[in-house]
Parts: sequence; C-alpha cells; structure tokens
Amino acid sequence: MPNPDLKGHWGEFGGRFVPEALIAALEELDAAHHKAIEDPGFQAELDRLFRDYGNLPSPLYKAERLSAEAGVDIWLKREDLDHTGAHKIRNVLGQALLTKRMGKPRVIAETGAGQHGVATATAAAYLGLECTVYMGEEDMRRQALNVARMRLLGSEVVPVTTGSRTLKDAMNEALREWVATVDHTHYLIGSVGGPHPFPKVVRDYCRGIGDEARAQMLERTGKLPDVVAACVGGGSNAMGTFTAFLDDEVKLYGFEAGGEGYDTGRHAATITAGEVGVLHGARTYVLQDEDGQTIESHSISAGLDYPGVGPEHAHLAAAGRAVYEPVTDAEAMAALEKLARTEGIICAIESAHAVAGALRLAPDLEPGAAVLVNLSGRGDKDMGTVVDYFGFDRGTE
Amino acid sequence: MKSADTFAVTRAEHRAALVGYLPAGFPTLADSIKAIDIMIDHGADLIEVGIPYSDPVMDGPAIQRAADRALAGGFRTRQLFEVAEAVAGRVPILSMTYWNLVERYGVEAFARDFAAAGGAGLITPDLIPDEAEDWLAASEAHDLDRVFLVAPSSTDDRIAATAAASRGFVYAQSVMGVTGARTATSAAAPALVERTRAHTDLPIGVGLGVRDGDQAAEVAAYGDAVIVGSAIVGCYLSTDDVPTGHQRLADLTTDLAAGVRR
Ligand SMILES: Cc1ncc(COP(=O)(O)O)c(C=O)c1O
Repeated sequence: MPNPDLKGHWGEFGGRFVPEALIAALEELDAAHHKAIEDPGFQAELDRLFRDYGNLPSPLYKAERLSAEAGVDIWLKREDLDHTGAHKIRNVLGQALLTKRMGKPRVIAETGAGQHGVATATAAAYLGLECTVYMGEEDMRRQALNVARMRLLGSEVVPVTTGSRTLKDAMNEALREWVATVDHTHYLIGSVGGPHPFPKVVRDYCRGIGDEARAQMLERTGKLPDVVAACVGGGSNAMGTFTAFLDDEVKLYGFEAGGEGYDTGRHAATITAGEVGVLHGARTYVLQDEDGQTIESHSISAGLDYPGVGPEHAHLAAAGRAVYEPVTDAEAMAALEKLARTEGIICAIESAHAVAGALRLAPDLEPGAAVLVNLSGRGDKDMGTVVDYFGFDRGTE
Repeated sequence: MKSADTFAVTRAEHRAALVGYLPAGFPTLADSIKAIDIMIDHGADLIEVGIPYSDPVMDGPAIQRAADRALAGGFRTRQLFEVAEAVAGRVPILSMTYWNLVERYGVEAFARDFAAAGGAGLITPDLIPDEAEDWLAASEAHDLDRVFLVAPSSTDDRIAATAAASRGFVYAQSVMGVTGARTATSAAAPALVERTRAHTDLPIGVGLGVRDGDQAAEVAAYGDAVIVGSAIVGCYLSTDDVPTGHQRLADLTTDLAAGVRR
C-alpha cells in the first residue's frame, strides 16, 4: 500500500501544520487506525457494516448506450447506489467505528452542501454516537433539506457565520472546536485533506471503491481498464478509486471543478490553478493570492467547491502519476443530462464532472478502450440546481 | 532587541513580562502602529504583531473579526515590516503568524526582511518543530527568536523537543481551545508551566484568555510572561471610534502592567 512517511509526507506534500494542542490526538488516531486496519475483527465488523448497511460492494455497470456514442467502453462504478447516495458512507462508517474503538462518544464534522454532514449523522445515529455538524450559514439556507435530514437523524447542526461562510470556514470552525473537545470527540473529517493521518485514514476507508472495481473489471473483461476517472473535490472518491491502480499500467485522471471557466478565475481547479501552500493542516495545492490568503472557490457543485485538495493528490500530480484537468459547470451539466437520457441514471453534479471528463478523453483513446468512471453519488440532492440550470418549469403552469 | 534582553530585565525585577498582541492593519495600518506605541508607553514589555490571515483556526471570534477587518482594509503581508520598523527599538517586536503567509513570502526572505525591519522573531502557532526545517535554518541565519507552542495535551517528550527547538521563550497555550478572553484563567496552566520548566531554562510565556490586571497577576505568579490578545483587540471591537479604542487600550495596558508587578 502506498503510504506517506512517518510524518505524513507524500514527497513535499502533507504533514502536520496544526496547533501543538492537536498533536496528541493525531498521534492517538494514527495508532488506533493502524491497529484497527490490521485487526481482522475490526475489518470483519466494517465489512459487515458495509455489506448489510452500506449496500456495498457497489455494482460495476457497463453504460452500453453511452459507450456506443463515445466509441469507448465506459464502465460506471455505481457508488450512487450506496446508502445515503454517495461513496461517503465508506469513510463515515470507517471513522465512526474507529471512534467507538478509541472510546470516544462524540463526533464532529464539517459540511458544505450537507452530503458529508448527512453521512456522518447517519453513521452517528447507527452507531450511537453524539454528533455535531458545522455548516456555513449560507449553505444551511440553500440546503435546508439536508439540514432537516441531519436533525431528523439526531445531530446538532451549528451555523458558521465567520469568514466566507462556506465549507472552508466550516472546516476552520470544526478545527477550532476540536482543540477544546479533543479528549472525548473525534473530528470525522469529510475528505482526504487535513493533517496527517487524516488523508491516509480517509483513503484507507474509501479504497474499497477501487479494490472492488479492479476485481470487478478483471472478472467481467479479463483485463484492467485503460483509464480510470473520478471527480476531485477534497479527493476522497478519487483517492478511493485510484489507490488500487497505482501500481498498474492504468492512466489515472482526476477532474476538478472548472466552474465558470478557468480564465474567469471563478473555479475550484485547485491542482490546475493553485500553488503549493499550507491549508487546513497540510501542505498541498491551494487557491491563494500573492500573500497566501485563501481565495474563494466557485463551482456549481457544492461538493467540489473547496480551495484545497488532499495532499496525496498533490503528490500524484507533481509526480506525474495522475493527471488533473478542470471540467466546467457547463460541461458537467451537459454530461449529467446525457447520462440521464442515455442510461436513465441521474448522478450527482460532482460525479458528472468525471463523466464529462471521460467523454472528453474518449476521442483520443483507442476505439474500444475501457474507461472506468467512478460515479461517486446520485443526483437527488441536486434537483434544485438542475431545475434552475436547465430552466425547467416546476409544473405549476 | 531580542526577547532575552527583556526577560533579563523582568527576571531581575522579579516579575513577569507583559506581552501585548495586536494584528497589524487593525483597526487600520496607522492605528495599529499607534496602538502598539500606546501599549509600550503604558507598560508592555514585548509586542506580538499578528499577521491577518483568511483562515485563522487558532483564533476565537475577537481576533477573527480583527483579522477580517484588516484584510478588508487591504492589508498586505509586507506591511508587517512597515509596522515593525515604526515601532522597533524600545521593546522586542515578535510576529505571530500562520505559517502559509511566511511560506508564501519565502521563509528565508521573510526572516531577512523582518530582521532588517527590527523584528525579534516569530511565534508560530501552526508550525511544530517537526515541520520547521526551513525556519530553523532561516532563524539561525538571521538571529531571530523562534517561539513554538506547548499545550496541556503535549507529552513530556514533545515538550522537551519543542523547548529544545525554541529560542527566546516558550509559549504555553494554557487552555485547550482557541484564543478569547475568558472569565476564569486556566487550571491546566500552572501544571503545564511546571512540566515545561522541567525541560528548559527558557522563560515560559502563558497565553490565552487573560483579560484584566487581576488575571494577569494570577498568571504572573507562575509564568515568566503574561500574553494578552483578545482583550486588547476588544478595545477596538467594542467601539467604532478609534480614539475611544486607544483610550481603552491605554487603560487596559495600565491595569495589566500593574497586574504583572503585583
Ligand atoms: C457525490 C459526491 N462526489 C464527490 C464529492 C467530492 O468529495 P471528494 O473529492 O472528497 O470525493 C462529494 C462531496 O460532497 C459528493 O457528494
């Protein structure tokens, strides 16, 4: 398994840029996680949760009509069918089970649009943990349904009113709280970012996506895919997909949110446009100004709307092992519509970035090449955006 | 002027040093210079100049608001050097900064320019010695103090390593929590200071939560320096009138300075 060095560095990326006050908890987490994943009992319990509760392994599905149009074979890893509707259930079940093992009764989480918040609230409800979710005030208003879901699941949702009131500020607020409650609370972080060992912990719980897909591809086609594609926000679904293929001769593509277009400056294409810096505890690519102040990101997809990225992705990009490209809002929405009309699958707008990226690559690939696309989530949560974007009437006329 | 010069004096006077914190550019660039002069005039022994940052995860609401205001006012990192130059000479001027701003400027260039402006060193709340290779080298090259933090949750091994990497003084984060004036000082602080003393002869500054002379006196009983931030920033957050803020700061500093001399 490709692991960072003992201080959590992948090349020049990663590490721990946090207050000393948190180091003890990060050490505890590292040790507990390391023990847990080596413990057959823990693995068996997690596998059981994944299977009976999470609806995993997710199916691998050949998108026949989309493939016919694209001229390559497009295989979808159906994470949209996971419980709660996205790959995120893997991370939250893993970390929540680990929280119990560490003897902590409570978790906190940050959330942007509410997907990770809902997933965390779900795992907390199921495993009997107390849960508080930090969410930007503006996002709470826009995502009222997800706020309701979290509350129904028994979680407390705390509005964040500082800074730009978005995901990055929710993360700041979760870190601030964690310093004060770290003795009994686990910070259940939502992606492969943050200080060591979070990027590794989250990856380890998400890597089933790629492990399963690799075996499924071999079983179904007798070979590995030529290309693997995933969308990248913080990077958990992409890292979860890529990890199994790192040592294979398989091209890896991460698609970032190009927002309104790379040239407009209104995007979340962190690897493409960012520069090396420190944000939320790790050295990675960051959208930042000349002084190192974080620049606000923009994307039609809330889940990709983040000005940083997990350090392992930064390393894979710098090392040339994976390629990262922006996909605009418009490209993603066109792909979302195409997938709906050719396959009858409404995916999340995040995942539509991966579909769009794969369709863009297709003409340059050998005819019949196999492209594995991680369909990280389903689109129910995005229907409000879809209605506005395509100008559908709401059936009231 | 380095921290050691100040601590030589305060130790000879058998008292703790008073350290005042203010973000550069708050309430405005000119008034941050004025405010620092006021603190020095009224008994501050050492100044920490903060650099406003978009994502201050160690800070509570008061310092966040101050930083937001400074950034909204157009504050640029290089203006720290203007502030340092304007106030240096009377007491040591350290900068307290989130690490990305230094890395972005260039660690070596930052050390060079801050030293040239009369700065004494850096306090680095989100940089632990484990990640500080460049800064260790640059601070040696430019003879700057490097103040790392210890916390109640730090193991003895980490306290020893952190103190060994520090120069000037060691910053004891006395409560598990972000910055902010508190009604009671921390019960964990004396124990942390004692544990830290076992590993170093460096002075130990105690920060987070002090808001008045009484609390300063309490902390001065076991710490070598009493560090005050949010209460100072609060002088300007509690009024829109800057001269009123300056007056509140003069009164507060007088009270705090009496506290460390009790
Ligand atoms: C369906 C879906 N995919 C992807 C993401 C982006 O996260 P990551 O890059 O960590 O996979 C999100 C985040 O909300 C999501 O909901």
